[in-house]
Amino acid sequence: MSLSAQLINLMAALLLLIAFAMLSQRRILSLIHLYAWQGVVLATNNIVIGYSTGQTHLYYSALLTFALKAILLPWILHRLIVRLNIRWDVETLINIPATMLVGIALVVFAFNLALPISQLAGTITRSTLGIAIAIVLLSFLMMITRRKAVPQVIGFLALENGLFFAATSATYGMPLAVELGIALDVLVGVLILGIFFFQVREAFDSLDLRHMEKLKETDQ
Amino acid sequence: MTEILFLLGLPLAGCVVLLIFGAHPRAAVLNVAFSLAAFVAAGFLTTRVVEVGSLLAADELFFVDSFNVFLVALTAFVAFTTALFSRPYMMNERTHGRVTAMMMRLYHGMYQLFIFTMLLALLANNMGVLWVAMEAATLSTVLLVSLYRTPKSIEAAWKYFILCGVGIAQALFGTILLYFAAEKLLGAGGTALLWTHLNAVKGELEPTVLSLAFVFLLVGYGTKVGLVPLHNWLPDAHAEGPTPMSAVLSGLLLNVALYAVVRCKVLVEGALGNNFAGNLMMGFGLLSVVIAAFFLSRQRDVKRMFAYSSIEHMGLMTFAFGMGGAVATFAGLLHMTVHSLTKSAIFFVVGHAVQKTGSQVMDDIRGLVVTNPTIGWGLMLGSLAILGIPPFGVFASEFLILTTAMQQQPWATPILLVALGVAFAAIFARVQSMVFGETTAKRLPHAPALLPVFLHLAIVLMLGLYIPPYLAEWYRQAAQLIG
Repeated sequence: MSLSAQLINLMAALLLLIAFAMLSQRRILSLIHLYAWQGVVLATNNIVIGYSTGQTHLYYSALLTFALKAILLPWILHRLIVRLNIRWDVETLINIPATMLVGIALVVFAFNLALPISQLAGTITRSTLGIAIAIVLLSFLMMITRRKAVPQVIGFLALENGLFFAATSATYGMPLAVELGIALDVLVGVLILGIFFFQVREAFDSLDLRHMEKLKETDQ
Repeated sequence: MTEILFLLGLPLAGCVVLLIFGAHPRAAVLNVAFSLAAFVAAGFLTTRVVEVGSLLAADELFFVDSFNVFLVALTAFVAFTTALFSRPYMMNERTHGRVTAMMMRLYHGMYQLFIFTMLLALLANNMGVLWVAMEAATLSTVLLVSLYRTPKSIEAAWKYFILCGVGIAQALFGTILLYFAAEKLLGAGGTALLWTHLNAVKGELEPTVLSLAFVFLLVGYGTKVGLVPLHNWLPDAHAEGPTPMSAVLSGLLLNVALYAVVRCKVLVEGALGNNFAGNLMMGFGLLSVVIAAFFLSRQRDVKRMFAYSSIEHMGLMTFAFGMGGAVATFAGLLHMTVHSLTKSAIFFVVGHAVQKTGSQVMDDIRGLVVTNPTIGWGLMLGSLAILGIPPFGVFASEFLILTTAMQQQPWATPILLVALGVAFAAIFARVQSMVFGETTAKRLPHAPALLPVFLHLAIVLMLGLYIPPYLAEWYRQAAQLIG
């Protein structure tokens, strides 16, 4: 296996590790840091793939990823939790070991799901597609287990990272125009959610999603 | 090209202008003006396409054929009439003190942005841009659903954001898989996601990847169509947001999401050569019709009830497109048109009725004909139209769908008939007690705009009695394209 292929596998392993760390992380501030690291690894991964395959558009993509996911979005999220005064909030997560076990099962499932696709792929990165799908599923799991608004949104952003990684694994990334559009959507989404968090807190006095279970079919 | 430039540029300019001046008392007029201008541009584009056939513009970035041009015209039209309705409606809300000047600015800006994203999604040739536009449509409406800042509306907006966001993320994965399959044939870079190029080589696309891609695309865009069991956001978003929003969500967003599904289905069907995509759509469609019909009778909130009715009708359309074939597709397209017009008309009337009584609970709404006969009769006629009573257009399209189902999928016909019957009983009983009876409702401070209601219902009535030959030809062409 060539050096670049090994580096790519290392990046993929790091991403998976970060995804598991996010699943078990209880402090919101640390979650944001983990998200930023995920962005750094994604950008580095793009540079390595770009260097080893000669696909120059991956450099731009790496630059965009780094600027958006490693700097801008974590900065916005950080500002948000400072202004919402939840910087040191610790979430009580029930049963972290059980969640991790479910996570491991999801990774196995993801590799099975990716097998037929990665066999068709001719890319140097095809072995990492399973990890990409695993990150998507782990982010889903994170969104399901979280009861607070900000961690749930970070889960959502991690989900988008997983999809981004899937695109680079299977095809060396989407066309740049599409990638730009997706980045714009993510940025606008986070800005809108920033406004929205303040509305949530105004209405419920907290960002705990347990208050949001009023709209049910039965009591209508 | 100029038409497309104006069609997309006007709402975008409108968004910027209204985000700045949206709080001005005359901003609603400006909103109408921008929507009217976009509608005129859509008219020009339509005549152009009717004259010269399908066209590609801006380095193949935009693609217009008879299928999407009819949706463009419909979208621009409903956007315009909804802007007409929203002017007195939002003025009443302002007088009642439910919205502030800041909220009006947000409302008007986001309204135009939403129209822009809808038109972009329809015109985009690139499947990636289509995805970006659909996601942007969710983002532009999240803050509108939570406009009133009540706990319930915020909960509805959160649910809307999370469910549609996660849903649409699946569609992104589907798009990645589509690109993965196409890249082998078309090469990496720009052209591999262009629908026209994909359509040209669809027979050679890798079937296993495409069938997997379609599952993700259907689940993803299907969340936005409101297909059961992915529909949970829809009744809440419709019930808690301002009524013009409910009208455009039901009348436009659901249609455009279904458009995305149908575009994907054309590719997948060509690649697979079997009925996998169609069967999947029929299954989801039928489930939506049945579940929504049974949920209808349990509703007590009037906007929620009509939201469930939208799920039911979207299910019916998905079923029709899933069946495929010229007649079913024709019926599906016709149903798209008449449902969009009728449902938005109903929401216009319901909006004013709710403002008069100050409650969305149907037990509180009584005797609409007594205080305002036009609102009362508007609701009655609109409901009769949506329930498929002849001679309205919904009857024609439902009749076509049912008769085709009898020939192609006989097993589904009784299920559909029972569901439609249940829906009829649920809605008709409720509407009757709302329209007739005693009332204590007050007059509205600003006279309601009822022209759009009767304009929509008149078109639906006309489509039931007589479809002009050029329109029929247009539907036929579109049906042929989709197959």
